Amino acid sequence: MFAIQVQGLTKAFGDCVANDQVTFSVKKGSIHGIVGENGAGKSTAMKLLYGLYKPDSGSIVMDGKPRQWRTPADAISAGIGMVHQHFMLSETETVLDNLILGVEKTAALGKINRKQIEKDLMALSQKYRMPLNLSARISEIPVGLQQRVEILKMLYRGAEFMILDEPTAVLTPQEIEELFRNLLELKKEGKTILIITHKLREVMAITDRVTVFRAGKVEGDLETKDTSVQDLADRMVGRRVHLTIGGDHPEDSKLGHTPRSGGGSLRPALEIKGLGLLRPGESKPRLDSIHLTVSPKEIVGIAGVEGNGQSELIQAIFHPNNPRHRSSGQISILGQDIQAFDTQAIKELGVGWIPEDRHKEGLLLQKSLRENFLLGQTRREQFCKNGWIRWNSVDASLKQGMEDFDVRPRNIHALAGGLSGGNQQKLIIARELDRRPNFLVVAQPTRGVDVGAIEFIHRRLVGLREEGAGILLISSELDEILALSDRILVMYSGKIVAEFARGEVDAMKLGVKMGGGHG
Amino acid sequence: MASLKIWLIRLRPIIAALLGLSLGIGITALAGESPAHVVAVLVKSALGSPYDLGMTLFYTTPLVFTGLSVAMAFQCGLFNIGAEGQLAMGALWAAVLGIVMPGLPGFVAPVFAVLACILGGAAWGAIPGWLRAKRGSHEVINTIMMNFVSAGVCSYVTLYVFRNTEGQNPETLPIAAAYQLSQFSSFGGAPVSWALILAVLVWAGCIVFLRKTRLGFQLMSVGENESAAEASGISSPKMRILAMAIAGGLAGLVGVGEVLGNAHKFKMGFSADFGFIGIAVALLARGRPEGVLPSAFLFGALHKGTADLDFETTHVTRELALILQALVILSVSADGLWDWMNRIGVKKRTGKAAS
Repeated sequence: MFAIQVQGLTKAFGDCVANDQVTFSVKKGSIHGIVGENGAGKSTAMKLLYGLYKPDSGSIVMDGKPRQWRTPADAISAGIGMVHQHFMLSETETVLDNLILGVEKTAALGKINRKQIEKDLMALSQKYRMPLNLSARISEIPVGLQQRVEILKMLYRGAEFMILDEPTAVLTPQEIEELFRNLLELKKEGKTILIITHKLREVMAITDRVTVFRAGKVEGDLETKDTSVQDLADRMVGRRVHLTIGGDHPEDSKLGHTPRSGGGSLRPALEIKGLGLLRPGESKPRLDSIHLTVSPKEIVGIAGVEGNGQSELIQAIFHPNNPRHRSSGQISILGQDIQAFDTQAIKELGVGWIPEDRHKEGLLLQKSLRENFLLGQTRREQFCKNGWIRWNSVDASLKQGMEDFDVRPRNIHALAGGLSGGNQQKLIIARELDRRPNFLVVAQPTRGVDVGAIEFIHRRLVGLREEGAGILLISSELDEILALSDRILVMYSGKIVAEFARGEVDAMKLGVKMGGGHG
Repeated sequence: MASLKIWLIRLRPIIAALLGLSLGIGITALAGESPAHVVAVLVKSALGSPYDLGMTLFYTTPLVFTGLSVAMAFQCGLFNIGAEGQLAMGALWAAVLGIVMPGLPGFVAPVFAVLACILGGAAWGAIPGWLRAKRGSHEVINTIMMNFVSAGVCSYVTLYVFRNTEGQNPETLPIAAAYQLSQFSSFGGAPVSWALILAVLVWAGCIVFLRKTRLGFQLMSVGENESAAEASGISSPKMRILAMAIAGGLAGLVGVGEVLGNAHKFKMGFSADFGFIGIAVALLARGRPEGVLPSAFLFGALHKGTADLDFETTHVTRELALILQALVILSVSADGLWDWMNRIGVKKRTGKAAS
């Protein structure tokens, strides 16, 4: 018995076929995973299911009948619910108000019957074992509970078929366990759940079946018990992928646990003392007496749930002269006190920066790759002499970089916005490593990057460390932090709350610290 | 099929211009004029004789400067609606220089006057640039308001400081002969001067500046993505002020053709809305300086062509001719604005795209 059957769904945007004859079926009362690289067509398929797009051809069959949605409202009334990656909640309203928004049950004269609604909702949350404080404001509850509000919202609207888009992206390991417990509970009650994710281990842990997307097509439709993380990764990429460095790859002997040699005599790459940031009008400091050192030939990883001061820390390092980004404390880079430096001067010390949001801070999307490669490099005489750009020299370096970092397509005139996420990230890394930095700040280096490119990027970062650079790595992917870091710091609520050496800690222990616990 | 689509997108501004033109001609047809006759008059009066061509080029010159002014601001992500005020300030500075320093020798006088045009416009443009960069107040509002202030300053200086008492018109005293540019003789008396050559050189200079120099690259980066430019070490406030100063200086150069090449004095209201038509010129050029030259020529020809419709036809009045011109500007602007809004929309969407 299938809850939904997708048959030959095709959707093209101009010349780009986002979904090509996509066919898969989801069993009623099962948890079904959808995996695939960026741009493989997962999101398009979900938007077709949810009525946000109309298919060019093909059909959606629900309970044996072919259905067509004109708008998401049709899909919702047919019992489909969706939790988007970015929650659709009103921050300043209470949980209760968010739950009933749009489906207010009214009594005579349009009065909202809060008592009755509250009773219904309490019953619902008890039934599925998802306790919630209905009177709390959304802004006061943690992200894990906000997600729970989204799920209850779907249930309250009578959803039988639920789509969750990257549900674990913003959760700590503990919150992920809690979510999975809830999902299994829902499954027991006969609900059907579709999870889109790029975390293959989670797919293995919770789903019954997996559909793998590649380049707009369904590459495999498998029973979870018949597959493995490795198998899924290989199918997604279309070749053999080395998932974790430190594995069986010939280069891995030099990765991982390399002791810092001669570090004692060298100036630290980064030294932060008592860094604080309290913005006017805010009661809580965003950064609270941060002490932090990165030595040459060392990767220091900062773990933490997003929004706990990581972005502010990066901004303080690159805009120390701006009181909006630093209110107290000292920062030195490669032995230089940078207090009065602007971004330009800091980068000229030999500092690279791979920003967390590559579209916002890393690229000129509407410009070609050569312009993007030059960005931030105009002070290098090789590329710019007496104010004149030497495009020939830029192009030569770019071509070399694209070769080394396997940026595709190999066309220096292509627009940066047309590249896939992985290739955009490789372009930025090629650019930032081109000047051989002595200190590199890397934030979320593999976010939205396909599995094949993750492996590659990790290797490059380790390679840079082997050449002697100090690296500050900020990531919300614990696997990444654990795989690459020589030391791991945990940030919570603007403070550094824990420090571990490599191998001293595992994901669960880090998770407790990330959630602010004292485990 | 795909290549046809791409060509259609590339030709869209031209299609829009033709659409506006046919709409306008349609309206004159409603007034009882034969469309074929209207088109014939338009073409003849824009290009029909050396004099007509000369007048078209005379109108094209200021539109090259104001079109570049708007386009260069566009490149830095700014919308300069103040070219009208900036060009008046440039012209005023040149006129004042020509009046108060009549003794400058003949070969430096025009050079100084050109610099006065640039500086007058640049100073006027830099003010809203500075306000935007340092105080965050929007340049669209400020440039519009600066247009009014500019008009006020110009009329005060013209009427109370350097008034030409010999005439009835609101204009300044004439500039010294050393400043005056000679007019080319091959255009049947049309006031085409070295200003036209200057316009072409400045146009080429803008392109080289933007595509080949560090400063131009930085300016463009800020326009394309301010956060990324800042992260790469570029100071976006500096670039914003610079871009508005450049935009103002370019608009100020309109004074060269008018004060040095034509009237030899500052006449109040000499600009036939060149600053505003410059916006349409830049939009037709898709905000890029490369397209400004042909785009300005098209608008120059239209301006000259419609000016004669009144005399050459029985039913098309001066007002109808203006409507015709306005329809072309409107459809080109609408198309350019549509494109601009789409680009912003695309950015938002790509910024959000995930998984």
